[in-house]
Amino acid sequence: MSTVDAFISRIEKTCGEEKSTIVTFKYDKKTEVIKKILERAKMNKSLAGIIYELSFKGKTFRLYSSGKAIFKGVTEKDVLLKILSELVL
Amino acid sequence: MSLNTSKIRTDFPIFQRRINNNPLIYFDNAATTQKPIQVIESIKNFYEKHNANIHRSVYRLSQEATELYENAREHIAKFINSNPTEIIFTRGTTEAINLTAYSWGLNNLKKGDEILISELEHHSNIIPWEIISKRNKATTRYAKISNNGVLDFEDLKDKISNKTKIVSISHISNVSGIINDVKEISKIAHENNSLILVDGAQSVPHMKIDVERLDVDFLAFSGHKMLGPTGIGVLYCKNTHYEKMGPFQGGGEMIKDVNYNPNTQSSEIVWNSPPWKFEAGTPNIAGSIALMEAVKYLDRVGMDRVLNHEKELIEYALNLLKECKKTTIYGPTDLSLKCGIISFNVKGLSSHDVALFADNFGIMIRSGYHCAQPLHKVSDLKSTARASFYIYNTFEEIDRFVDVLKEIEQF
Repeated sequence: MSTVDAFISRIEKTCGEEKSTIVTFKYDKKTEVIKKILERAKMNKSLAGIIYELSFKGKTFRLYSSGKAIFKGVTEKDVLLKILSELVL
Repeated sequence: MSLNTSKIRTDFPIFQRRINNNPLIYFDNAATTQKPIQVIESIKNFYEKHNANIHRSVYRLSQEATELYENAREHIAKFINSNPTEIIFTRGTTEAINLTAYSWGLNNLKKGDEILISELEHHSNIIPWEIISKRNKATTRYAKISNNGVLDFEDLKDKISNKTKIVSISHISNVSGIINDVKEISKIAHENNSLILVDGAQSVPHMKIDVERLDVDFLAFSGHKMLGPTGIGVLYCKNTHYEKMGPFQGGGEMIKDVNYNPNTQSSEIVWNSPPWKFEAGTPNIAGSIALMEAVKYLDRVGMDRVLNHEKELIEYALNLLKECKKTTIYGPTDLSLKCGIISFNVKGLSSHDVALFADNFGIMIRSGYHCAQPLHKVSDLKSTARASFYIYNTFEEIDRFVDVLKEIEQF
């Protein structure tokens, strides 16, 4: 059974006072990941197919067509992995 | 005369790359610069033709490697108008400042002494001094910045006293590009019998630096921010200070003799002469040679022209950015006070959002604290996006960058 780790290349805390986390999805999985996330999360707004602001289970995050996502205010890895599992598995 | 950027760009293989089918626009030069083919080839050439360890060996290859390494020292010394014996090779600016803090600071600072830095320093010019302060019960003090982000000279003068043993200050802020008048700061420091270290990470790559004219005691800078490779940097140390400095690291090369007494099972150590006393172990030989190539390249371009080009780019960018109504620029916009760095934010977006959006168009900009958390704190900024320019950047790239900023402002 695949786990969410199979889709993630890196998880990093952002540099700056805003406590956020950047998730970089694996390059070869990014199209699949973006498609699933766009299907499952609620779209708040988007721009030029490059940046999407989405909501999922009370969390707002931004997804990029480059295969990255910024989760504002989410810094605990287990919380993040739970959200990501629901979004991409 | 303006720089021929088209010609310069042909020396940089990386600009053949495309990102998402866009030409690469590299605007993170304050973090590190791209490398010309001459620098890349010099590393290849060293490993293919001259690779051996330096000093002491009598065979041909070692002599060649030693000659190249010491030639590099001479070239770099000349580049900043110093003597070769005043050039210590380090891994970069951070190690150069740490070397000063440990070798000079540990041996000369005592309880009650003060180190004066400023609120606009990079962490590499804060942490080493805080560490040494705690160890030696000295105090690190911070000169304030004024509202427009410029160093507050009055506060600096107020804080400097006969307790101040060293002033350690950046020449150019890596966040705002503000140029500090280090000649004047040096004068104030010396009038108070204090030494001065200048963090030249953002100045040596961008303007003509003359350590004699500036009258500084120490100058730290990195090779990779001036077309050279990573892992090589320089500490300029005025010859007269060596006698007060202990070794930084122990090992081969930094010693003249290790006189072992088998009876007492102890060693009496005789240090090597400076600068080699401060270069323990096998140094980054290829890196120093490549840095020499970078210096030769910059000399051919001309440092006055480098600075002038960056000022033209910044003036152009600042004018164009006025059209970006949701973008706030930080720091002074007076060109006489700054060089090619712009920090900014777009309303409603984090600096990382801006950087990630720009990345999609092949534009590389930095986001975050830029290792200057105190400056962000006193400026009440959560983080900033930063664009920083160098000799290969063009006006057309700035046009593209501003277009992309205008686009993300629509989000």
